[in-house]
Formats: sequence, structure tokens, C-alpha cells
Amino acid sequence: MTIAWYLAVSAIVFTLGAVGVITRRNPLVVLLCLELMLNGANLALVAFSRMWGNGDGQILAVIVMTVAACEVCIGLGMIVAIYRSRLPIDVDELRELQG
Amino acid sequence: MATTTWGWLVLAFPLLGTLSVAAGYRRLPGRSAGWIGTASVLLAFIASIGALLSLQGHVPAHRELVSSLWNYASTVGIDAQMSILVDPLSVFMILVVSGVSTLIHLYSISYLQDDRGYARFFSYLNFFVFAMLLLVLAGNFLVLIIGWAFVGAASYLLISFWYRRTTATRAGLKAFVINVVGDVGLVLGTYFIFKHTGTLDLLRTFHSAGAPVAFGAHHNHGDLVAGCVLLLVGAFAKSAQIPLHAWLPDAMEGPTPVSALIHAATMVTAGVYLIARMHVLFELAPAAQDVGAVVGAATLLIAGTIGLAQTDVKRIIAYSTMSQIGYMIMGVSVGAYAAGLFHLMTHAFFKALLFMAAGSLIAAMAGEQSLDRMGGFRRALPFTYGSFLIGGLALSGIPPFSGFFSKDEILLVTGERGGWHWALYVIGYMGAALTAIYTFRLIFRAFHGEPVPAARELEAGTPHHGAPSNPMTGEPEDTDVGFPGPTHTIAERALTMRVAMGALSVGAIGAGLIQIPKVDFLVTDFLRPSFADTSLYEPHTRNGLLVLGLVLGAALGLAGIALAYRLWVVRPGSAAAIGARLRPLWDLFVHKWYFDELTDALIVKPALRAGSFAQSTFERLFVDETLIGGTTALVRAGSAAVRAAQTGFVRYYAALLLVGVSGVGLYFLLQS
Repeated sequence: MTIAWYLAVSAIVFTLGAVGVITRRNPLVVLLCLELMLNGANLALVAFSRMWGNGDGQILAVIVMTVAACEVCIGLGMIVAIYRSRLPIDVDELRELQG
Repeated sequence: MATTTWGWLVLAFPLLGTLSVAAGYRRLPGRSAGWIGTASVLLAFIASIGALLSLQGHVPAHRELVSSLWNYASTVGIDAQMSILVDPLSVFMILVVSGVSTLIHLYSISYLQDDRGYARFFSYLNFFVFAMLLLVLAGNFLVLIIGWAFVGAASYLLISFWYRRTTATRAGLKAFVINVVGDVGLVLGTYFIFKHTGTLDLLRTFHSAGAPVAFGAHHNHGDLVAGCVLLLVGAFAKSAQIPLHAWLPDAMEGPTPVSALIHAATMVTAGVYLIARMHVLFELAPAAQDVGAVVGAATLLIAGTIGLAQTDVKRIIAYSTMSQIGYMIMGVSVGAYAAGLFHLMTHAFFKALLFMAAGSLIAAMAGEQSLDRMGGFRRALPFTYGSFLIGGLALSGIPPFSGFFSKDEILLVTGERGGWHWALYVIGYMGAALTAIYTFRLIFRAFHGEPVPAARELEAGTPHHGAPSNPMTGEPEDTDVGFPGPTHTIAERALTMRVAMGALSVGAIGAGLIQIPKVDFLVTDFLRPSFADTSLYEPHTRNGLLVLGLVLGAALGLAGIALAYRLWVVRPGSAAAIGARLRPLWDLFVHKWYFDELTDALIVKPALRAGSFAQSTFERLFVDETLIGGTTALVRAGSAAVRAAQTGFVRYYAALLLVGVSGVGLYFLLQS
């Protein structure tokens, strides 16, 4: 099986995630979609790693997963904090950071 | 001890005096500040005598000694050292400066005894003497400029000594500003000379200026004339010559000993010294010499006519100072170096004496200075009257007083030059007659005639006490620090004042005897090594001219006194009648030839108008609106554009990020 298939799946997953990040308004879903994007990238990394026959890409994929876990922790924490202060759970409503 | 060591000591003592008095001004009890100040200047005088004796021990050809303490800068083409030049000319000057200054310090001990700024006064006074000594001892242009500027600063401090008097602070400012004009002239002149000689050292400058490489073989090299004329600007400002004279009469706002010290005996002679010191350069630039001679002659005549019409005692003497300095400037500019410096010395004696006597007279009037309110002080102030008379006779050039010999010698040398110098000769003798008239107008009006109430009170034994007020404007004042003290001291009641005036009287009477034509040439002989390189120096007097000059001088002086006696003693009021008949001329004299008004119209008003134009137009429209306003508007517009991008929509940021990263990715894909 050529690497193209793996890359195609990776690209589809990544694009799905990106479209989700841009279009969805629920921060929970946005976080999920971010995970999709990261894992799309991970897939590509692992595929390339197999193709070249060395483990660097796989190590990078593990690091990406670790970072993703941290990011999800912070993201979920923020969502809980937003919920606790009775703010709308909607990324479009949370726009105080404008210039 | 080496000759130059004496020179350094001359500088060190007044500096130590000013520092110690300044540091201890709170702790010095009573009049000790005055005694410390006097002692330090006296020590400087003694060191000057040491320098004189030590200098006379050298053979005449080796009487120009330079000593340097340290290098300021020694780079390519510049040799700036802290060096002094001890030669007959500078020793002559330090003797006159420190000698007369000692007596004036002595006088001030009593004269200012109740002033609240007593210690400050002596600190300033010592600093002034230090600055003047530094000026005359300077061994290169740099030290000369430093001393020159110090003298200007010291005169500002002393003129504005009563700093709560608005008129005094204004006068101080005026003196300082005009002196700075002179400083600029001196610095620029130095530059023009340095450009060609390549050295700042005085002796080396003279040496290389004489060589044809520096300024060419011809006289009147353009840069040299420019340099010398600029030096003259400095000399005119310091010596109060037209048109930079306006500060001197106003400087009479300072305490009277200040007038005696810096505006009669020492500071104003700096210009004369400068021309004499630079005579090598000036002789290579006869055009500059002519400028100096003409301005000196014009000043002596104009100042004399103004002195005729003033009523303020100190201002009359100030104008007579201007006039006498005019003689000296004219003298050293036509080559009468020894005569000019001789007149400088005798003038220092009799002018300091006159100012001291005027101080005593003003004290008897409790600060009042107007001649219109004085009269009949002859019996009330016998000692002051005597001093005034001696000073007046010397100033008028009556034989055998000192002024007679020195003034006539200047005019004699001027006449010997021939040609158009005869005009200067005639102006000089006209000035001599005027001098006698205005001097004795002052004496007759103040001391003769009906005694005024203040004189009667003094005769009865109770000095007059007026309410303290500004003698110029009549504004009431108090006697706290910044204004004159509560009591006034007359010479008759203060020993130190009498001692100082007595010593100066001896000088005013006898100083002329050291240089009598055809008899002795003490000054000429002493100064000869400093003027070894000029052909004009040696006197080659025609007997006829000499006799004519002496007779003319004495006759004009006596005639002036007789005229003054007739106008103001025999028939008081006849002077006013003459003044009324010659109204335009009299107005011209009373208004000081409208020089103040002219300066006002030509310089002060345009400067003010330019200033207000710059403020209203340049500063408001260009600086405030264009530069500052433009910058802020630019930043504001830029930040508004950037701010508009910051919407706060997270999804929008994410989309931008995606688009951006995709764009960069695509770019590199297409590149490869």
C-alpha cells in the first residue's frame, strides 16, 4: 500500500477537524475538532516514519499526544470556569478580547 | 624662588581667599571675612612684588618666563596648557590689580560692615581679583579666555550683589550679556589667529605671526585683520567702548567698592591689556589698529559729553572711566604702549580714589546718589572733600598730579604719528577740557554752595538716616539680605576707609613722577622687554610737541576748572540757562546720545519680535501642530487600522491562521 492512502486519510481527518474548529460554536466541540486536527497530523507523522524506516516521526507523534492531553486539560478547565461564572458556552459570545 | 612660582602664588592666594570665605560664611564672626579677603589679596600683592624683584634679576632678554601646571589637551595641532606667562607686562598688571584691589578690600571692610551679605561680598570680590589676575597672567589663549569669562561672571555677581533690587539684577544681566558678546569676539578672534599660527601659546603665536609663513609678508592679511578686529570686539565689550559700553553706567547699581574695583581700576582695563599684549598681531594688522584708535577717540569724546549732563554721582564717574579708557585704548592702538599702560596705572589710583570718595559722599546722603539733592558737603566731609579734590585734579590732568603726565604722554605719541592721527590728538585735548569741566561740576555741586539738610545734620554730629529706598526709582526697600544694610559708613568715621583713600591719594598725587618726559622713564624701561619687537616703542620726542602738549594739557585742565567754577559756583543756574538755549544738544547728552534707545530699537526689539514670531508661528504651527500633532495622528491612524483586525472572534482568528499557514505552505510548494 502506498503512503498516499495514509496521507489522504490524514488530510481528510485534518480538514474535518479544521472545518469543525472554524464552524462550530461550542467550545467543547472546538476542542474535539482540535484533537482531530492533531491526530490527522500524527497519522501523517507515523506514516512518514514507516516510509523512512526510522522512529523519529513516531516519537514526535507521542510528544504531540502529550501536548494535546495538556491542552485538553487546560481547555476543559477553562470551559468549566466559564460555566461556573454563568457565561454563555459559545465562542462567539466570548469576545471581550477585541481591540 | 623661581619667578613663575611667584606668579602661581599670586593666583593661589585670592583663590584660597574666595574659597575659605565662601566655605565659612556662616561661621566667620564680625568683620573677619573682610579681613581674610583683604589679607589674601595683600598676600597676592606681596607675591607680585616678589615676582617683580625676581624678574628684575634676569637679564632683559630673558624676562619672558612661561610655566605650565598641566596639559588640558595635547592632540594634533592643539597645545592647550594651564600655563602662565610672567613678563614685565603681566607683572606690571598684577602689581596694579592686586595693589589697588588690596586697598579697595580694605575700604570695603568698613564700608559694607552692616550689609547682610558681608561674607558673600568678600568671597565674590576675591573671586573677581583671582579672575582678573588669571586673565593678565594667562600664558595662552585658552587660559586668557577662561580668565576673561571669569571676570565677566564675577562682574555679574557683584553688580547684582543686592539681588532683591530689580534695577541691580537687570544691570547685572545687561553687563553679562554684553560681556558675552565680547567673549564670543575673543573666541572667534583666537580661532582666526590659531588657524594660521597653529598654536595657542601666546609667545609662540607672536613668534610665528612675525614669520612670513603665517600671514604672508604683507601687512593687513585678511584673516589677521578679522582676528584682530574680533579681539577688539572683546576688548571693547570688557573696556566699555562704544558701541558695547552701555553696561558700564548701569553697572553702578553694584555697591560702590565694586564700582571702584571692577569698573574703574581693573576689569575695564582688560581690553587695554589685551591690545597691549597682542601688539605683535595688531602691528601686522594696521587696519585693526586704526579701528581701535578711532573707537577709543570717539568713546573718550562721547563719554565726556554724557558725563557733562548726568546727575547721578556714580554714573558721572562711570562715564569719566569710559572716557579715560578711551584714551588708553587709543594710546595702545597707536603704539603708545608704555603711555597707555602708565595711564592705566595712574587712572587705577585716581579713579578708585574718586569712587571711594563718592561712596563716602553717598553714605553721607544715606544712599541717595542724585547730584540735584547734594550740596555744601565741604565742611561736613573734609576728608572726603580732600580726596575728591585730589582725585579730580589728577583726573583733570593738572600738574603735578599723576593724570597730567600719563594723559599727555598718550597724546604726545599720538601726535608724533602724524597724518590723520592729528585728529585724534585734537579730540584727545577736547576730551581733556571736558574731563575737567564735568569732574569739577561734580565736585562744586556736591561740596560747594548751600549745605543741604543731610550736610547740616552731619555737621551737627548726627549722620543723616533716610528711609531705605532704591536711589534710581525711589522704591522703598528693607535692609535685609539682598538690599543695602541699615547703616552707612562715611570715611570720616572709619579708619580702614581713610587708610585706603590716603594710600590712593599718595598714588594719585605722586605716581606721575615715575615717568616724567625727559627726566625718567621707569615704566618705559620696565616694560621694554615685553615690547622688544616693536619699532614704535622707543620714544623719539620732538621737544616742541612735548612742550606744546604739556602746556596745552595744563591750560585746558585749568580752563575747564575755571569754567566749571564760573558755571556752578559763581553763578549757579547759568549752566541750566545754557542747557536751555542749546536744548537739542543738551537732550542728546542727557539721553546718553540715545545709545540705549538705539540698542533697544536695533537689537532688543527685533529679538523680542523674532521671539514672539517664533513662539506664535514656528512653535505653535510647525513644532506643535506639524511635528508633534503629525506624529500622534500617524500613530493613532495606524493603531486604529490594527485594532480593527482584533475582533475577538476566536473562530475568525483560527480561520486567519489556517489561511495564513496554507498560504505560506502553498508559496513554498510552488517555489520548490
